[in-house]
Amino acid sequence: MSRWMLILWLLMMPLAALADASRSMPPDLGDQASLQRGLKLYVNYCLGCHTLEYQRFSRTAADLDIPQALMEEQLMFSPVQAFDDPMTNALTGEAAQQWWGVEPPDLTLAAKRHGAEWISAYLLGFYQDTDRPLGVNNTVVESVAMPNVLEPLQGVQKLGCPPGASRVLSRPENCRELVLAQPGTLSPDEFEQVVGDISNFLAYVSEPSRLKARAIAPGVMVFLFVFGVMAYLLKREYWRDVR
Amino acid sequence: MGAPKREEKQSWLEARFPARRLWRDHLANYHVPRNLNIWYLFGSLALLMLVNQVLTGIWLTMSYDPSAEGAFASIEYIMRDVEWGWLIRYLHTTGASALFIVMYLHMFRGLLYGSYKAPRELVWLFGMALYLALMAEAFMGYLLPWGQMSYWGAQVITSLFSAIPGIGPGLAEWVRGDYLVSGVTLNRFFALHVIALPLVILMLVVLHIMALHEVGSNNPEGIEIRQHVDAEGRPLDGIPFHPYYTLKDLVGVAVFLFVFCGVVFYFPEGGGFFIEAPNYAPADPFTTPEHIAPVWYFTPFYAILRAVNFSLFGLEARFLGVVFMAGAIAALFVLPWLDRSPARSMRYKGWVSKVMLGVFVLSFMALGVLGILPSTPLRTHLAQLFTATYFAYFLLMPFYTRWEKARPVPQRIASP
Repeated sequence: MSRWMLILWLLMMPLAALADASRSMPPDLGDQASLQRGLKLYVNYCLGCHTLEYQRFSRTAADLDIPQALMEEQLMFSPVQAFDDPMTNALTGEAAQQWWGVEPPDLTLAAKRHGAEWISAYLLGFYQDTDRPLGVNNTVVESVAMPNVLEPLQGVQKLGCPPGASRVLSRPENCRELVLAQPGTLSPDEFEQVVGDISNFLAYVSEPSRLKARAIAPGVMVFLFVFGVMAYLLKREYWRDVR
Repeated sequence: MGAPKREEKQSWLEARFPARRLWRDHLANYHVPRNLNIWYLFGSLALLMLVNQVLTGIWLTMSYDPSAEGAFASIEYIMRDVEWGWLIRYLHTTGASALFIVMYLHMFRGLLYGSYKAPRELVWLFGMALYLALMAEAFMGYLLPWGQMSYWGAQVITSLFSAIPGIGPGLAEWVRGDYLVSGVTLNRFFALHVIALPLVILMLVVLHIMALHEVGSNNPEGIEIRQHVDAEGRPLDGIPFHPYYTLKDLVGVAVFLFVFCGVVFYFPEGGGFFIEAPNYAPADPFTTPEHIAPVWYFTPFYAILRAVNFSLFGLEARFLGVVFMAGAIAALFVLPWLDRSPARSMRYKGWVSKVMLGVFVLSFMALGVLGILPSTPLRTHLAQLFTATYFAYFLLMPFYTRWEKARPVPQRIASP
């Protein structure tokens, strides 16, 4: 009979690990400052082309603890958009087709489709390629149609041999590593944080309810545990007669 | 006046409806072997998950839009704008996988202790029909989010009908209502998913339980407890279902819900098995995903389908694959007549039965894994091997169950 208690106890064990994992796992939805920076960056660098059609300004403001007035003044650029509207832009599909040959995809669920790490790798993977119409290519998405909009921050990357690599072993045409050829306004570390904040924000946008789920989950688990113990004690009391 | 009035009221109801008799016959006075173990929890857990699916399904239907234009967006609307919508949806998506997990464990219990053998053949048959209906229900439900995997999964499975010689192409078109999976298909799958199949499933659940209560539960020993009764006709080795097993099941429910809610709240995508990543892109008939795999609970049969890449008796490979896949499920239906062993439970059967059950479970799981992975020549050969061992379990059963020597089954359940 104590087997049941053992099973219950063992089932509790993963909880400790879960509590820990929620803090260390990238993306980190608990880091609200990062999400707020991500929102600012997204609105300034990405939203002009990439809509978030299922995400409302109001929901973002509420979840990220941003006052309505601040959101409307600083982060909503269109005079026709209301606070409760989805985060869309004025780009028409026709114009996009003309400029890049493709429509920029909506990114509401991008983090679900590819994962936040993929988004980071993609944003860090732009390099100069004079064969491409916009002068850039990407290590994650070959022949990408998107220009490197973060170039002023990051600087210009090229594919080549990292400094200090042996010339004998790696001839330049064989080297396919990203090398910073011309620095941008941010240091590589600062830029990595920018990219991390954007992918973190997109991870939040892909499932805003995750914040709430995380918040109420421990209560649910504790309730079920107590319920389980009570049910077990009741069962044991009744089963005393069965002998 | 208080007490007599209450009795009067009860007899009024009793005169018109057998409430008390139903309670007695199916709970308080329904005798169940006293030695049921942990394997016997999964029937009530399956029922719990079915209730979960029905209730969450009702609330999802209130906000879902079954049109090709609106379906995908309405799911995101449920996830973001509907109060507690995310929880209702995750309970439903996780519930579907959980239902299949407990159902597979429930069926394995049947194989382990011979619960399909006489006099419980009908219990098994109704259960198998239920399994089939739930597979159809899950398949149609999977189209409703109208994501890429929904769309292409439905496209692949409905095109199986077109492999049937002669009537095939017309039949596939009739099933879809279109040349390809389209909004018309979505509408009819929605209708079948929320009305037709749930009615069939609920009816089958009633038949499954009625048939079970007529003959009584089997047990790990495979002993027929109704052969030894006391003066009042109560089995000596039985105990009333209520309160003993209702309470034992309640403990099982608590443990199960603990794990279930852990998934719902922490990893609702189930590592990409409960909700597949490509399904976060809306259905696009012009872009085929690199790799189309059905949801995990169908993959053993999908692996069998793909394993058949050869023609036989003038039947082309595509059709033969469908025949094998259907045969893999049909074989389970005739199980009660394949098992010739005098013993029910694996505890008293011979070693060949034990080995073969192990081989069967291993084959089923291996096929499940192979059905998830993209196919390579080596994997196709492995799938062929495991398809062969899957069928060997059934085809050889009449021989090895008769050939092997079963240990004699005791008359009574031993005291613990």
